[in-house]
Amino acid sequence: MMAGRDPAAVSLIHRIGAGPKLLTLAVAGTVLVIVGQWWWLALALAVILALYRFAGLSFAQAYKQIRPLLWILVILFAFQVYWESWNYAALVVLRIAALVLLAALVTLTTRTDALISAVETGLHPLKPLGVDPAKVGLAFSLALRFIPVIAAQAREIRDAQRARGLGTNPIALALPLVLRTLRMAGDVADAIEARSPYSDDDELPPRFAVDIDKSHSRKSCPDNEPPLETSSI
Amino acid sequence: MTKFEVRDVHMAFDAFEALKGIDLTLTEKRIGIVGSNGSGKSTFARLLNGLLVPTQGKVLVDGLDTAKDGKAVRRKVGFVFQNPDNQIVFPIVEEDVAFGLKGLKLPAAQRGALVEEVLDRYNLGPFRYHPSHALSGGQKQLLALAGVLITRPDCVVFDEPTTLLDLRNARRVANVIKDLEETVIIVTHDLKLLEDFDRVIVFDHGKVIADDEPGPALAHYVERMT
Repeated sequence: MMAGRDPAAVSLIHRIGAGPKLLTLAVAGTVLVIVGQWWWLALALAVILALYRFAGLSFAQAYKQIRPLLWILVILFAFQVYWESWNYAALVVLRIAALVLLAALVTLTTRTDALISAVETGLHPLKPLGVDPAKVGLAFSLALRFIPVIAAQAREIRDAQRARGLGTNPIALALPLVLRTLRMAGDVADAIEARSPYSDDDELPPRFAVDIDKSHSRKSCPDNEPPLETSSI
Repeated sequence: MTKFEVRDVHMAFDAFEALKGIDLTLTEKRIGIVGSNGSGKSTFARLLNGLLVPTQGKVLVDGLDTAKDGKAVRRKVGFVFQNPDNQIVFPIVEEDVAFGLKGLKLPAAQRGALVEEVLDRYNLGPFRYHPSHALSGGQKQLLALAGVLITRPDCVVFDEPTTLLDLRNARRVANVIKDLEETVIIVTHDLKLLEDFDRVIVFDHGKVIADDEPGPALAHYVERMT
């Protein structure tokens, strides 16, 4: 989950560019899916946790990333032990935990706009095939932005349903949540249109040109400026 | 000063006609729009920056037709929505403010300076690295405003900006709106906000039923509603 950025955090992991990090995440994620022995995945998990410490992040912060999934992992483990074997159950649960923690490490140590720029750059070669890198990058950002908003809405609906005595009926939660999210999507689309009046081929309007001299003496905001701190829902 | 010319505008959503033949010229610096729920006031606001285009008639902003020059109109007219949660698109405060500059060929230093300037203007500087979803309602509304003002519009249209806020935050946002140098058009149920405005337009059932200085226009509205 996206969290605040700690401007003082400057570990080696924070300084690595967003592109190499995403590439490493893709390769490491593929390896984690291919590996078939639970002990290798346990080792990978230990390495990932060590990377958290190396990035100046605490184990508590790592736990926060996995906490929302905890009960799902427990149910999954029990289910797999019952139907398969405890080895296979450990394999599945460790794989998911390692993938989630590794992905969270990337978002915790990288600026969102740098991640989006990297996604856009990576997708640029697909432009002739009709892929719009800017739109994919924006979708990526929206996913990070709206996870906590939708989670808050789910909590709100659950509380309202409880107050009406509907208990934990999943349909009573899912239906209003989907409807609310769809309505919100329309509003967000309008807001994006209203808030982004400039295109890549636009010339610099005179209203911005007057500030160039003044801004030289002010603090800059480079694209690779440091990182993120904690994360929670 | 931005000039809006609304010429015989009708706006229909399927069978429902939200606006019925609106004719207005807006040149004042502070304009309030009031009306009951479903009166067409929010639809009217969305027509002013080309988010909606009329099904019949024309809206011109400084001579630009919103149906043909939507992007150019949106550079002149910013829009702040009722729910800031739906307007904030980046997870970190400073990144969200910078979103409005996306596409502009600005040097990184200037981009940073513009972001810093607008964050400081609304006391959001200390929150620049915070997750945007963790801000209070009032701070989110100010962030939404900062995200619009960084594009330097001539005019800002607000759609019920204080409706979702508690009293303290509503006053805070109202004071910020009062101090804006830009032309302001505001759709609101907060009548106190409009007391020192230049003009108030009252909508009812898709038509303008009063258009005057705040005193008489609001008195007409209150009489109609009670």
